Amino acid sequence: MSKYLLNKFLYTVDRDPDLVERYRQDAAGTVSWWEQEMANQLLNCAVAEKSTWLEFTDEERRALREHDHVALFGLGAHPFLTLTLFIAMFERDHGPLEYQKAYGRALHQHSLPYPDIAT
Amino acid sequence: MATVAAVIASTHHPFYYRASTATGADRPPFADEWVAKIEAFRETLTKARPDILVMVGSDHFHQLWLDNMPQFLVGKAPYFDANWYNEEREFGLPRMRLAGDEQLASHILRNGLDAGFDLAFSNELRIDHSITCPIITLRPEADLPIVPIYTNIFAPPLPRPGRFVELGRTIRELVESWPIDKRVAIIGTGHLSLELGGPRQFGEHGPDPEFDRKAVDWIASGDVDGCLSEVTLDSLHQPGNATHGFMDFMLMMGVAGAGAKADHVDSLDLFHTMEAYFTWYPNGVPA
Repeated sequence: MSKYLLNKFLYTVDRDPDLVERYRQDAAGTVSWWEQEMANQLLNCAVAEKSTWLEFTDEERRALREHDHVALFGLGAHPFLTLTLFIAMFERDHGPLEYQKAYGRALHQHSLPYPDIAT
Repeated sequence: MATVAAVIASTHHPFYYRASTATGADRPPFADEWVAKIEAFRETLTKARPDILVMVGSDHFHQLWLDNMPQFLVGKAPYFDANWYNEEREFGLPRMRLAGDEQLASHILRNGLDAGFDLAFSNELRIDHSITCPIITLRPEADLPIVPIYTNIFAPPLPRPGRFVELGRTIRELVESWPIDKRVAIIGTGHLSLELGGPRQFGEHGPDPEFDRKAVDWIASGDVDGCLSEVTLDSLHQPGNATHGFMDFMLMMGVAGAGAKADHVDSLDLFHTMEAYFTWYPNGVPA
């Protein structure tokens, strides 16, 4: 389990307009590039000062590559990060609030307690 | 000595700016009622004639991140830029810049540390909609210096509800012990029941109207003990997965004081979440 790394992906993509578009258009390619180049980058530190141990599990990688927000919820990714990024990518393809409501309906298999989001 | 001119607790709804400025077919049907309630709420701050605003909010993973996450943080800087790209993108919020009051921030930090709160600090903080929403609703001129205080209601492990109440009590004491003759309003924003990114989001009402009704009663009547007897970190999952933001309301109940009845109480039932607005005048209702 690397909930932290899932969140780091969602966080770093969401804050970068170019990456939001890149992830929308080429999810698999973006995830592969990000895991290779960005996953071990310490934010707010010089680029050379990298971590050495961060990688996705197979299921985490698959969920990100397939834009599978239901799986991300189940894996304990922070729901605010997932929602914010996915609205940025997909709200434009729908009428007002249609996407947000469908996003919630797709999660109806989940009842309380929800998956733990503590990192 | 400083005077607490007003204590204000509010929800922070990022859609207000867009709803209130929309015209024609883009203007939602609830906008006029919402604006009227906000303008009445704004008047409660205006007539308190504040010089400085202490603003309690919570960063939404903008500047504060999981590699270095403070539980409580005070911004001490001459200026605070405000609002972020993803808030412009999703909510249409404008970029802003607010002045800071470094003297009051220093007083809160030094004496907060001495009072048992290991407060983090930031000398370069870009604030987000948890603080700019109440600027937009309560002081749209954005002309007063602020001291931002961030709480972690977002990234577990979180401090427990009682700790938020205690911090609120301490903030009140710290402001009242500041030996400068200024009128300080203490403003904090949080949520009632709220679901974000879960199956109960974006419903016709907030996810738990019964919780919202009880919460408004607790806050309006200053029932700190009743609130603390029912609200725990575990219980807050029930009304909605983002309801831990209610702890910022509990912090403001600590500022207002146990048993302090709010002088202004209002709410508005909207889709997705309920709005709620409270003002106390600890030193009497201004003329």
